[in-house]
Amino acid sequence: MGRYWRTLRRFWGTALATQLEYQANALIELLAVALSLGGSLLLLSLFFGPGRELGGWSWNQALMVQGFYTVFDGMSSAWLRPNLGSIVTHVREGTLDFVLLKPIDSQFWVSLRTFAPAGLSEVVLGLGLAGWGAHQSGVVFTPAVLVTVLVMLVVGGVILYSLWFLIAATSIWFVKTWNATEVLRALLASGRYPIEAYPAPLRLLFTLVLPVAFLTTVPAEVLLGRASLPLLALGIILAAGFFTAARGFWMFALRHYTSASS
Amino acid sequence: MVGFLGANGAGKTTTLKMLCGLIHPSAGEVLVAGHRPQRRHPDFLRRITLVMGQKQQLIWDLPPMDSLRVNAAVYGIPDRVARRRINELSDLLELGEELTRPVRKLSLGQRMKAELLAALLHEPEVLFLDEPTLGLDVNAQMRVRQFLADYNRRTGATVLLTSHYMADITALCPRVMLIHQGQLFHDGALDRLASRLAPERHVRLELEQPAPAEAFAALGQLDRLENCEVNLRVDPALLTSVLAQILARFEVRDLEVNDPPIDQLIGELFRQGSL
Repeated sequence: MGRYWRTLRRFWGTALATQLEYQANALIELLAVALSLGGSLLLLSLFFGPGRELGGWSWNQALMVQGFYTVFDGMSSAWLRPNLGSIVTHVREGTLDFVLLKPIDSQFWVSLRTFAPAGLSEVVLGLGLAGWGAHQSGVVFTPAVLVTVLVMLVVGGVILYSLWFLIAATSIWFVKTWNATEVLRALLASGRYPIEAYPAPLRLLFTLVLPVAFLTTVPAEVLLGRASLPLLALGIILAAGFFTAARGFWMFALRHYTSASS
Repeated sequence: MVGFLGANGAGKTTTLKMLCGLIHPSAGEVLVAGHRPQRRHPDFLRRITLVMGQKQQLIWDLPPMDSLRVNAAVYGIPDRVARRRINELSDLLELGEELTRPVRKLSLGQRMKAELLAALLHEPEVLFLDEPTLGLDVNAQMRVRQFLADYNRRTGATVLLTSHYMADITALCPRVMLIHQGQLFHDGALDRLASRLAPERHVRLELEQPAPAEAFAALGQLDRLENCEVNLRVDPALLTSVLAQILARFEVRDLEVNDPPIDQLIGELFRQGSL
C-alpha cells in the first residue's frame, strides 16, 4: 500500500511539473472554465422567471444542482479525461506494453497516472455555487448532512469513473473511442438540470441505466433533506456494481490485448 | 546474450512480447525465469525488462530523472538505492546533465540511453531488447553496444536481442537464433549459422595463363571465369585437397579463400524467402 501511495505522489508530482512546462495553457483553461460556467448560469436562468420553476425546483435549488454538475465536470477535466483519454493513445502507440510490464496494478496506473490542476478550480467553483444555492434555500449544514453529501459525491464520482472507464477500456478493441466518451460527456451535461425536469422515461434512464441523477440531483436533495434512505442505498449499490463491472471488464479486455506491432 | 534474427514480419517482436507476457500464446507453453509470462506475476515482472527501439516510456515533456523517480516508486526501490543505481548506470552510459533536460530536447542517442537506464533501474535478470539501436548513428550504436556488453559482464543478466544491424549481433551475441517461416531455423553459434547458410568456401584465383572452364569441373562450382581470374565455390571438406590440385595443375599468381560475410548471407536468405 505504501508503494502505491508513493507512486501516486510521484505520478502527480510529474503531472504538476508537466503543467508548469506549459503555464500559458493553465491560464487559458482557467478562463475557459469561468466563461463556461457563466454561460451555463445564463442558460439556466432562461428557465426561470417570476413565478416559474423547473420540475418543482426553485432557482436557488437549481443552482445547487448546477453547482454539483460543475464539481463533476471539474473532476472530469482534472482526473478522468487526462487519464482515461490517454488509454486510447497507449493502445494505439503500443505504450500500454510498458504499463502492463510494471509490477503494479495496470488499472491503478491508467486511472491515476496524471492530473490536470486546472480542473480543480472548477471543482472549487462548483462547491461554492452549490453551497451558495443551499444557503439561499435555507439549508442548515449539520455534520450529518455534510457527511451524507460527501458520501453521495463519492458515490457519484465512482459511478462516473466506472462508466467512463468501461467506455475507455473498449479502446483495446476499437482503438478509437473518443466519440464514445464525448457522448458520455453530453449525457453528463443532462445532469445539470434537476432530474424532475425530464419526462418519466428519461428519469428512469438517468436513475438506473446511466445514473447521472446520483451525480447531481441526489446530493442536492440530501442537502434539502428530501432524499429517502432507499434512494441513497440504491446509489451505493449502483456505484459498487458499476465499479466491479469496470474492474472485471478491464481484466477481460487485457486478455484480448494484442499490442501494437513493433 | 542471444541474438534473435528473422526477416521483417517473421515474428521476432511477437515472440518477444509473448516472452514478456504481453501476448498469450495461442498454443503451447512459455516459461521464462520459472514463470508463465502471461500471468504477469509481480515477481516475474520485477525480474524482466523490455526495451523497444520504436517506443518510449520516458515522459516526453520532463527530464528523464522524473521518469526514473516514477519507476523507482513503482518498483518499490528506496530513494537511496535508486540514486546509487542511477549514478552507476549513468556513468556506464555516459549520461550526465542530459538526465535533467526535458526528454524532447535530447538527441535520439541520448534518449535511447536514458530509456535503457529507465528499463534497468530495477536490475532485471532477463532483458528483452527489440531493436535497441534502431535509427542511431554509428557512434551511438557502438556506445549502446559497449554498454550492453559491460552490463552483461557485470550482472550476468540474460539478454535476448533483436536488431536489424548485424554488427550488433556479431559484436554481442555468441549464440544466435534464427526464425524463418515460422520455424526455428538455427540455434547455436553465429559461425555455425554461417556455415549452414553457405556450406561452401569461396576460392579466388589469379592464374599466369588462361585456362578453359572444363579444367575446373572436378574442383568445385565455377562462378566466374574471365581470362586469368577464376572464382570457385568449394566444399570445405575438400578444400585442402582442391587447393593442392590447383597448385599442382596451374601456375597460380594469387590465391584467396573467403567465407561469405554473414550479414550478406542472412540478407540473401531473407530476400529469397527460402533456402
